[in-house]
Amino acid sequence: MTRHSNADDKATASMNPGLHWFRFAAPQTFYVLAGRLVPWFGWLAALLCVAGLYVGLFLAPTDAQQGDAYRIIYIHVAAAWMSMFLYLVMAGWAAVGLVLNTRLSSMMATALAPTGAMFTFIALWTGALWGKPTWGAWWVWDARLTSELILLFLYFGFMALQAAIDDPRRADRAGAILALVGVINVPIIYYSVQWWNTLHQGSSISMKSAPSMAMIMFVGMILMALSFWMYSIAMALVRVRAIILERERNTDWVAEFVGGKTGAAA
Amino acid sequence: MNWASWSDFFAMGGYATYVWGSYAVTFVIIAAEIVLVRRRGRSARDKIARSANRNVKRST
Repeated sequence: MTRHSNADDKATASMNPGLHWFRFAAPQTFYVLAGRLVPWFGWLAALLCVAGLYVGLFLAPTDAQQGDAYRIIYIHVAAAWMSMFLYLVMAGWAAVGLVLNTRLSSMMATALAPTGAMFTFIALWTGALWGKPTWGAWWVWDARLTSELILLFLYFGFMALQAAIDDPRRADRAGAILALVGVINVPIIYYSVQWWNTLHQGSSISMKSAPSMAMIMFVGMILMALSFWMYSIAMALVRVRAIILERERNTDWVAEFVGGKTGAAA
Repeated sequence: MNWASWSDFFAMGGYATYVWGSYAVTFVIIAAEIVLVRRRGRSARDKIARSANRNVKRST
């Protein structure tokens, strides 16, 4: 990249708006972009889900040790991954909003929290239903389960704290602090099965070696994880659009955009 | 294909309660989230449209 004057920069940016990424940090621009992206992520999630369920429930063989109870893995592991991943993404956006003072980043964090909490609940629920036939208990206070339960409370705490503060920007900052302090819990969940002697099994998949499970089961699990990932993006985008409207309802662009179309479209 | 028949499939080797209990709750919650998030967007748009109409009436 060569150095040139500021005037040149502005000229290039206006000639080629695609290079001007920062404009998507403006809520009104992002509102439109998000609306266009939602169907893509939504349909991708649905297709991946159908494929994953087909592989996991029909093609994959019965497990030699656990019988068909193991088939809970296809939602359990995918949901547990998403519960941790979404927390990191949420904390990341909250941090960006805190440091750069960008409204939209904070709104993204707020939009991710309910979906993250939902996947955390699914991970715990399916875990209980898997624990009963394999361990003989719905719940045990082992490190993996307990730290995942704390994750659920962190999501609830983040949402409750933001809901309790009337000024949105203050709510953003307070939520960001809570989210960032809670990040410490994510590595604890992830490494809990190595650090402590847990009833919960170790991970079947690691970065270092080949997965310790049949290839077809692995494929089903990855498909479900990708499906939940795409679903999370779609949900976050739909929710952030609603949040943008709620927060910016007194601005001119919202009045023009939504008011002009009497609410039905847009 | 892993199953001999549909009833075989639904029986899940005796673990039907656990397996279907997991899948059913998961997809019910996902469906609920989709409904709720859409309702939230719709109510935000309705509120704005209503206040816009009010402003139009006031100005004329």
